[in-house]
Amino acid sequence: MVTGTSVLGVKFNGGVMIAADMLGSYGSLARFRSISRLMKVNDCTILGASGDYADYQYLKQVIEQMVIDEELLGDGHHYSPKAMHSWLTRVMYNRRTRMNPLWNTVVLGGFYNGESFLGYVDKLGVAYESPSIATGFGAYLAQPLMREVMETKPDLSRDEARQLIERCLKVLYYRDARSYNKFEIATVTEGGVEIEGPFSSETNWDIAHMVSGFE
Amino acid sequence: MSGRGRIVFSTTIMAVEFDGGVVIGADSRTTTGAYIANRVTDKLTFIHDHIFCCRSGSAADTQAIADVVNYQLSFHSIELDEPPLVQTAANLFKELCYRYREDLTAGIIVAGWDKRKGGQVYTVPMGGMIVRQSFSIGGSGSTYIYGYVDSSYKPGMTKEECLEFTANAISLAMERDGSSGGVIRLAAITEAGVERKVILGSELPRFTVS
Repeated sequence: MVTGTSVLGVKFNGGVMIAADMLGSYGSLARFRSISRLMKVNDCTILGASGDYADYQYLKQVIEQMVIDEELLGDGHHYSPKAMHSWLTRVMYNRRTRMNPLWNTVVLGGFYNGESFLGYVDKLGVAYESPSIATGFGAYLAQPLMREVMETKPDLSRDEARQLIERCLKVLYYRDARSYNKFEIATVTEGGVEIEGPFSSETNWDIAHMVSGFE
Repeated sequence: MSGRGRIVFSTTIMAVEFDGGVVIGADSRTTTGAYIANRVTDKLTFIHDHIFCCRSGSAADTQAIADVVNYQLSFHSIELDEPPLVQTAANLFKELCYRYREDLTAGIIVAGWDKRKGGQVYTVPMGGMIVRQSFSIGGSGSTYIYGYVDSSYKPGMTKEECLEFTANAISLAMERDGSSGGVIRLAAITEAGVERKVILGSELPRFTVS
């Protein structure tokens, strides 16, 4: 089955940013190099998924239909990020309990009533909110970097958040064997949702010249 | 992917989009273990007048799926009173392949031409995701030719260039993959219809001297 690697999420002053590379891996094969793992749920919510891509496509289909159905109700209400997160948690936990999980780790970001939201749900139904989130390899490599920055400066600007994310993506490209140097970034603010990309990181291999042999 | 008693196509399949249509291709070997049960298989399967699929994985599974989609699509087309869209056919495959993912071994490439988007190639790998690509390769033999197709593919090729690209790629895969072989079956699908071709053993593109 086709899988996606890390998804990163970070809160900033006035919104939330989520990033993921555009690779669908088939085991170790970098099979699909231009797939999007980020989606806009509605004007105040974005979602990124790692894990099984077919299960993500299924989720995407279900969520998009839910959003349409709600629009058709015409009551002026839209799913809030917290509501979506809660719903997703129930779905994932239920599937887990029936021993037929959606094999994904999902990062949900949103901006609602002037507040940023960043949540995590995985295939076991484990769910939490945090100022920074990273799935997969990102949990080991990116999360410490993000926390280090945010512990000293909890209120990032949009640019600072962007720089932090890009720095983390670069490290992941260096060190995650299932990553790809082509990514998208989704941002949600008061003004709505923007999904930008594809971008690539500038990589530095100078240290290669400093190494020779193995001792 | 092969097992004693279980009939599979291990296979090389491929499809390429060009302006005005698609080219599809496949080898012709079906194995039961190491025995070649059918050396002249036709893995390019009719789904509708301008839509074909390339089948890899279990022969039984892919035949059953193709039969169902064929029925569903022809019904849909009659209801619509219009030729069906390639995207519709591809999504019908996806629905089956995703829903029954635990029970199926099927890697399918759906390709064809319709009035709305022209030539299109959709791939539905095992697991049941769906993605459109400008060209796609599949089956066990495809692993040997990723390098070749990545280096040789150019956007904007003509139908003839696509046929050559496909024939070369499948030939190279057949050379190295024990589960692929026989003849190369090709088809070009355009608004005008389907043109089928077979390249027999003696005429296969040759790359090594020995």
